Amino acid sequence: MQTVYLDNNATTAVAPEVREAILPFLGELYGNPSSMHSFGGQVGNTVETARERMAALLGASPEEILFTSCGSESDNTAIWSALQTRPEKRHIITTRVEHPAILSVAQYWERQGYRLTLLSVDGKGRLDMDEYAAALSDDTALVSIMFANNEVGNIYPIQRMAEMARERGILFHTDAVQAVGKCPIDLGKLPVDMLSLSGHKLHAPKGIGVLYIRRGMRFRPLLRGGHQEGGRRAGTENVPYIAGLGVAAELAQQHMEEERQHVSRLRDRLEQGLLASIPHSMVNGDIENRLPNTTNIAFKNVEGEAILLMLDRLGICASSGSACTSGSLEPSHVLRAMGVPFTYAHGSVRLSLSRYTTESEVDYVLANFPKVIETLRAISPFKD
Amino acid sequence: MWDYSKEVHDHFLHPHNAGPLEDANAIGEVGSLACGDALKLYLKIDADGVIEKAGFETFGCASAIASSSVLTDMILGMKVDDALKLTNKDIANALGGLPKQKMHCSVMGQEALEAAIRQWKGEPPVPHAHEEGKLVCKCFGVTDAQIQRAIRENGLKTVEEITHYTKAGGACGDCLDEIAEILAAELRQKPLTELRPKPRMTNVQRMQQVLKTIEEEIRPKLAEDGGDIELVDVDGKRVIVSLRGRCAQCRSSEVTIRNLVERLLREHVEPDIVVEEA
Repeated sequence: MQTVYLDNNATTAVAPEVREAILPFLGELYGNPSSMHSFGGQVGNTVETARERMAALLGASPEEILFTSCGSESDNTAIWSALQTRPEKRHIITTRVEHPAILSVAQYWERQGYRLTLLSVDGKGRLDMDEYAAALSDDTALVSIMFANNEVGNIYPIQRMAEMARERGILFHTDAVQAVGKCPIDLGKLPVDMLSLSGHKLHAPKGIGVLYIRRGMRFRPLLRGGHQEGGRRAGTENVPYIAGLGVAAELAQQHMEEERQHVSRLRDRLEQGLLASIPHSMVNGDIENRLPNTTNIAFKNVEGEAILLMLDRLGICASSGSACTSGSLEPSHVLRAMGVPFTYAHGSVRLSLSRYTTESEVDYVLANFPKVIETLRAISPFKD
Repeated sequence: MWDYSKEVHDHFLHPHNAGPLEDANAIGEVGSLACGDALKLYLKIDADGVIEKAGFETFGCASAIASSSVLTDMILGMKVDDALKLTNKDIANALGGLPKQKMHCSVMGQEALEAAIRQWKGEPPVPHAHEEGKLVCKCFGVTDAQIQRAIRENGLKTVEEITHYTKAGGACGDCLDEIAEILAAELRQKPLTELRPKPRMTNVQRMQQVLKTIEEEIRPKLAEDGGDIELVDVDGKRVIVSLRGRCAQCRSSEVTIRNLVERLLREHVEPDIVVEEA
């Protein structure tokens, strides 16, 4: 049975070019870049090359790139540094639809006495700019808004929101884990102060991330210890994965436009095909401003985990915002914040594509998905 | 990914007795769309109270569908009064176990069964068994009676387990304190003997306690059937009795000794009392 992997917002395949770049550092090139001897020093060059490649993808300078262990570490560090360098300010602004790597950290700081504003979203998951403008205050230490939402794919107006924060002299962070590699980002023009990304969402391995820190910004490290990363993050560099991430960044930059077209065309065909063949289905999110690879479709009167398990039998990998998949008892916080009705929310399925998704895989899903919904609806007590 | 048993997979992918029953004379419904799972159980019960046919419709995850399917298998051919004795644990066991976060699916099956049989008996409609007791969890509509039942039948020890089994407290969390109080009350009430080991009894204390139990607990019960009991001797933990009245001629006196006399003495005096007939 073939595997059709449509869960690329969860993680992506490591690109063969990336794997090739990593292997020497798991073999003979095992040196420590901090060493004084040239055996170690030669791998230091690899780290700096990777830093340059990542900076090039983001329109940043190499010294603004800090390698971390994951997107969550980048997010934690961004919030930590912002609050530590502005101890007199006691207010944080973020959204109800953030990834837990921001949301639960912000809620932690709220328990420590900070005031927290969680911006609401409308039925399509869009933010209200008036609500945002009203929330900004002289007491605001940090605004953190995701670049793109992992569940429904919405892209937020980061340019405008970052400008509004900058006018007030407020730090602005964006969690761009889902956006980097899928959307063009030019930090030369985008006035954000910090940006988080994760390697394994752009065809590098799990366990490597980046925090972009704008030059000249005051910073406090989260991990203290050695002098690595210019004293901004202690811990011996993950040289193999940094090397891999550098290549992944280069691939993303080289192929971004063609991939965006390829992926969005397949996504649209998949989405339109499913909506046309399955009655009582609808798209969650803002189809006008969305990641090219993501669709989140809700099927009325069926439950997401049951859908996923039946898809799994067909070799189709997807994910769901249903309560049952996570072990929590409520549908995803994103769908709830959007007010998606329960009749649909429990039956929401996210399909996320990548550069490796093929035409024939989409055909296979279109041929097999409808009968899964049909089977489950046949035994559901809710009809219409 | 959930670690589902083979039985769960089989029942989910090939559910037994799925679909509504045209000639059902008992229907039990629990859950709702908002809750994320719901079960409508259809039964055809014959004049002798035997479940002839069963069918179901389920909205929910794999374990909810599997629980419904295995339940219909289990109750076919069963007398309703025996079916009422089934617990959620029996359903979970028949599936080779469920992940603890999914135990509420088995509870849903048990509740739907109870609701259907109550409807057939003409008892007050208890579609969710919610009318009994006080509503504790407003998000999922769970009462204190349901929570107590889950605690007792599954030996639950923590609030988290209660959420896994009943869903109570799994959404806004406002009722978690109240659930903790119910749990504390249950734990205090039930296993007193387990929680606080009783100090060793002296022979005199034991004899007094045996006499008291016979007078207050055992004799009144035997009297209901025209019987009586006499205490012959107490030798350490051996209690020697003689049955009188109609019990003396009763062929099932051995049963009476074990099931009534010994059980009550063990409950009220010491758990290792042995009763013998003189």
